Formats: sequence, structure tokens, C-alpha cells
Amino acid sequence: MLSIKNLHASVEGKEILKGINLEIKAGEVHAIMGPNGSGKSTLAQVLAGNDAFEVTSGSVTMHGEDLLEKATEERARDGVFLAFQYPVEIPGVSNLQFMRTSVNAMRHHRGESEMNAAEFMKLAREISKQVDLDPAFLKRGVNEGFSGGEKKRNEIMQALMLQPKLAILDETDSGLDIDALKVVSDGVNALRAEDRAILMVTHYQRLLDHIVPDFVHVLAEGKIVKSGGRELALELEERGYAWLGIKDDETAASSALSNSAN
Amino acid sequence: MTTANKEVNELIKREYEHGFVTDIEVDTFEPGLNEDVITRLSEIKKEPQFMLEWRLKAYRRWLEMEEPDWAHLGYERVDYNSISYYSAPKRKEDMPQSLDDVDPELLKTYEKLGIPLHEHAKLAGVAVDAVFDSVSVATTFKEPLAKAGVIFCSISEAVRDYPELVQKYLGTVVPHTDNFFAGLNAAVFSDGTFVYVPKGVRCPMELSTYFRINAANTGQFERTLIIADEGSYVSYLEGCTAPMRDENQLHAAVVELIALDDAEIKYSTVQNWYPGDENGKGGIYNFVTKRAACIGKNSKVSWTQVETGSAITWKYPSCILRGEGSVGEFYSVALTHNYQQADTGTKMIHLGKNTTSTIISKGISAGKSSNVYRGLVKFGPRADGARNFTECDSLLIGDQCGAHTFPYIESLNKSAIVEHEATTSKVSDEQMFLCRQRGIDMERAVSMIVNGFCKDVFKELPMEFAVEAGKLLEVSLEGSVG
Repeated sequence: MLSIKNLHASVEGKEILKGINLEIKAGEVHAIMGPNGSGKSTLAQVLAGNDAFEVTSGSVTMHGEDLLEKATEERARDGVFLAFQYPVEIPGVSNLQFMRTSVNAMRHHRGESEMNAAEFMKLAREISKQVDLDPAFLKRGVNEGFSGGEKKRNEIMQALMLQPKLAILDETDSGLDIDALKVVSDGVNALRAEDRAILMVTHYQRLLDHIVPDFVHVLAEGKIVKSGGRELALELEERGYAWLGIKDDETAASSALSNSAN
Repeated sequence: MTTANKEVNELIKREYEHGFVTDIEVDTFEPGLNEDVITRLSEIKKEPQFMLEWRLKAYRRWLEMEEPDWAHLGYERVDYNSISYYSAPKRKEDMPQSLDDVDPELLKTYEKLGIPLHEHAKLAGVAVDAVFDSVSVATTFKEPLAKAGVIFCSISEAVRDYPELVQKYLGTVVPHTDNFFAGLNAAVFSDGTFVYVPKGVRCPMELSTYFRINAANTGQFERTLIIADEGSYVSYLEGCTAPMRDENQLHAAVVELIALDDAEIKYSTVQNWYPGDENGKGGIYNFVTKRAACIGKNSKVSWTQVETGSAITWKYPSCILRGEGSVGEFYSVALTHNYQQADTGTKMIHLGKNTTSTIISKGISAGKSSNVYRGLVKFGPRADGARNFTECDSLLIGDQCGAHTFPYIESLNKSAIVEHEATTSKVSDEQMFLCRQRGIDMERAVSMIVNGFCKDVFKELPMEFAVEAGKLLEVSLEGSVG
């Protein structure tokens, strides 16, 4: 479904991705792990089409179509979804209005009629419960005054509303306490489907206890240095990135943190 | 500039929707300004002697005044002898007529602008006074309003039919000596609206005036006077458009509001004068003095304005809070783009005890435009317990525009309380990316973000106008796409 070949990308002239190769099939869940600065988030941003990053070479195709030549919104309408690590606020625009505009833009693209306010409200209420958000939050401004956990749950809620083909989750577990992590993970697991792929970017192994991946890839200095199954993540937790010859000051701290969280 | 911002700037190149010219026979004065011109103007309007004398006095004083240059604006000075001070569609008689007598071209013009004047198609619940260049061409719903005791007519009619009211109040809030443009207006004002709501009457419908500049090389000098007697309430709306012309045109208006004891006036403006083209050529100079006197106890005046048009806007709708416990409010959205300049804000003059005022100003700048908030909050020595709250927010789109805030506070009373908040933000690349990542195109995203920014002001507008204002912003931000 998604095929990334020799992808190079840079930001402000500095090369971050230095030849990524990755094949993802529908129904699969892939986890990208790696120390800070390895290029994990850049990969997520490049796939979603953030203009701040420049693709210098390589190709990405989705369902056989060139993804890189499409604008951000076209990719989104084709089913690429990015759950942001740090979702921005849009003051004065209610969550409800924002999501309805989004859902209807997708429906319009598929040639479907727009959802009216009542239909949409019903759906939004159901899904907000699924991620344990009070329906009252629908009336608040997009991410305005949300706690870190609420922002993350809001991102997962949007994924559930939009039912994407490829869901990219950028550090969706960061800043979550164990209860919120459970809620978010349940939401992501509810997204698992035969016609959908999930790409999770994470620094910590603990998320993978809740969302069990089919494949784990280790990213270091802009390249995938090792791929394996679920067990690779466990091994990383035990032995740290240094085992793979990767420098990571935070590894010790992070495994300690995920251990205590467990 | 980032790519996203560049694209946003492309998007906000808008088309002006109301730029057409109505081809109609007119009576127009030769350009030039002198006492003969003023006398002729007064004669054409069949004004009583007091009005002519008032005009001439103002004119003589104006000759001694100097054009102000303190505003944060740059423009070519107007040559006041090169413009015409009267232009009106030809009609059989000068007196107000029924709609059947109004030139069909004029009716078509207003229909095109979305303001149907025909009996069968009139805007539900909104009475309209249609002012075309220098004259009022039609006023709707006059009779049902008269039944409620409300006088709603053009100021020219009021001068003839209600001279005692006009003489009592005209110029009491904005005297001809107030400023250069107010002086000019007093000398040559052409038409505008007059409203009187008697004691205890809640005006049964929204009142509105639609101002249209059509003729070239003319100035429009609107004069509006609204009096709300004790315990009355009125909501008044004003809309404005003009054709696209390469020359700048002058609109120098004076609006006076008077609220007596327990009276409330809600005054809303959607200003969409031609802003000039994308290179800054043409457009209206909108130099306006709007002021309210809250004379009575517990009286209230609320100004709400959505300013999207004009090459230059110079406008500070203000409140003199004289009555004890009187309330002044100012809610403003000012959008500038291309080379537009706006210097706008308000003055809240607290004179009476326990007077309160609220100022919410939202400035949006795009392109190479300049957007200034200028406000004065003043507390007189007797304004015990007076309070003001001010919030000024600026939103920048792109990185070639400017936003400035000049808040002035003068307090002669120690018990006065003033709170001031100000923010400047940008439509950020991150916000745009979030919207687009959710499948929302750029145009929609910008308009959604801007509308969100203006929400606190839009909610103050009467329902029909809130919708119109939202759409207007959308049009204003609309570009070549879609």
C-alpha cells in the first residue's frame, strides 16, 4: 500500500532523512523507534506533506500513485492522516466546526453528500465517548486550553472520525499518564483494520505494550538501521540503543521511565 | 517567507463584487466649493433658512481649519475644489416619491447589491433607507414604523419636516468645529438617515441605511442623526459599497447618536467601500466622525463595525458617557489587504458616575496593508467608580503587513478602573498545515481561522448581518482559487 524508496529530505538545508526504504501493506501496524533527532518525526511530516521539509530525492507511492506530487490536502483526502505530536490551537474555531469542515471536505472529495449538523453531532458524540472526552469539549476552540492528554485524545478522535487509509501517529504516547495511554491505545486498536495501515512513531517501548506492532524499525541518523518483529522493541528496551551502536543520552532514562510506568 | 505564507498571500487577492457602475441620468454640480455651491445645495434640498446659515457658518470656520496629519496614514491630499458636492439621479419632483416613481435602474442597482426595495421583496424585518450618491432614493416600511411613533426618513426630509428636532440635536455631539472633516461635512452634507424613537418605544424592526457611491469625481457627505428618547430601543445597521474607479473618492460622514435616560442604541456597520486595486490604485477615502452621547442615566450605546473596504479608513466611533451608569461598547473587526490602510478605534469618555465601557478590537492585516488600532479611554474627575475593559487583538497574514496599537488612557479620577489586553498573532504555518492535513483547502482554512479570530465581535451583530459579515470576510479573503 505504501512504498518508500531511498527517501532523502532536508529542512533549512540540513539533511535529516538519508535514504529511507520501507514497505507497508494494508492491515499492518509498523512502529518506528529511535532516539531523539533520528528523523522519526520528519518522516511523519514528510509523508503528510509539510512544506517546511524538502524532499531532495527518492520516491513515495501510495496505492501505486506518487504521493509526493500531491498537495497536503489531496493526500489527506486520499486517506493519509497524521496525529500530531504537538497539535496547534485555532482560537475561536470550535472543534465541532473544525471536524465537520474536515469530514465534509473528505466526503465532498469522495462524491458523497455533506453530513448535516444533526447527523454529525450524533457521530461526534459517540466517538468522543470512545476516547473518553466530555462532549462539551466539542464546543471549545480547537485545542484551545486543552491539556496534553486531551490534545492527544482529540487527535485519535479525529482519526476515528475520518477513518483514514494510512494513520501516522507521531509520538502519540508522549506526555500521557497510564490511564490516558490506555484510552489512546484502545482508540488506535479500534482503528486496526484489514484495509488500513498504521505507522507509529515513538521513542518509548511502552506504547507497544498496548498497541502490538507487526513490525518494528529502528531509525538512526536518518536511516533505518534495523528491522524486526515485536521482539526487537523488547530487546531495545532491555539493551538500549547503544546495543545497535546508536548514541542516545535519553535511552537509560526512557527505559527507566517506561519500566516505572508499567 | 515560507511557502505556505506565500500561498496564503496569493489567496487573499480578492475580487471586489460590487464594482459596477449604474448608468443613469444625473444632476451633478460642477466641481468646486464656495458659498454659492452651498447655497444652491440648500436650495435644491428646499431647506429652511436656519439650515443654510448653519452650513455657511461651518464652511467659513472650515476654511480656517487644517487637514489633520496625525493618523498613521499616508495618502495624496484631496483637492477640495476638484470634486463635485452634489450628484443625484434625475427625478420629476424633488419630494419623496413612492417606489413606483423610482427609476427602475436604481431599483435594479439595489437588487444587485442584495438590497431589494420592492414592496414584495423587501428584507423581512429590516427597514431600509437607500442613499445613492447625494440623495436618499427610497425608504421602506415608513408607515408601520410611523404607527409605532418611530420617525425613519432621510435627513433631508427631516430638516424640512421635523426642523425642531433637527435644530435641537444636530451638531450637539459632533460640532462643526470638531475636526476638519466634520467641518466640511457640516457645510456640504448631502443625505443620510434620521431616526427618532419616542419615549418607551422599542423599535419594532431593524432600521438600516444602504449607502452607494456611483458618480465619479464626487464626494459623499453622509449625515446621520439618531435620537433614542427615554426608555426606548433601536437597532440600526449601515452598509456601503462603491464602483471600482481609478481615482480616489472621498466619503466624509458624520454620525451622531443621542441616548436619553434608559435608552439603548445598537449601531452596526458593515463597511465595504471599494478598497482600490491590488496595486493600491483607486478606492474610497473613508474619513468619518461617529460619536454617541449617552446623556441619560443608564443609557447605552453599542457600536459594532466590520470594516473590510476603503483605501483608507479613518474612523473612531466614540461614546461620551455623561449619564450616571451609562454604558458604551465598541466591537470592531477591521480587515486590510493589498495597500489598504486603516486607522480605527474608539474613544470612551467617562464623565458620569459608575459609567462602564467595553472595547473589543480585532484587526486583520494581509498583503502590504497597514492596520492601526487607536483608542482613548478617558475618565473625568466626576467619573467615580467608572470602569473600562479593552482588548485589542491583531492577526497578521503573511509577513509584509503591519499592525499597530496606540492605546491612550487619561484618568482624572483615582477610583476609575481600566483593564487592557493586547495580543498579536499570525495565521501560522502550523495552523494551515493542521487544517490542510485534515483535507481542508487553504482558502477555507484561512477563512475559518479568521472567522474564529473575529467570533467575539460577530456575535454582537444582528443575526442577518452576522451571516453577511462572515460571508464578506470570506469574499474578502477569496483568491483566484475556487
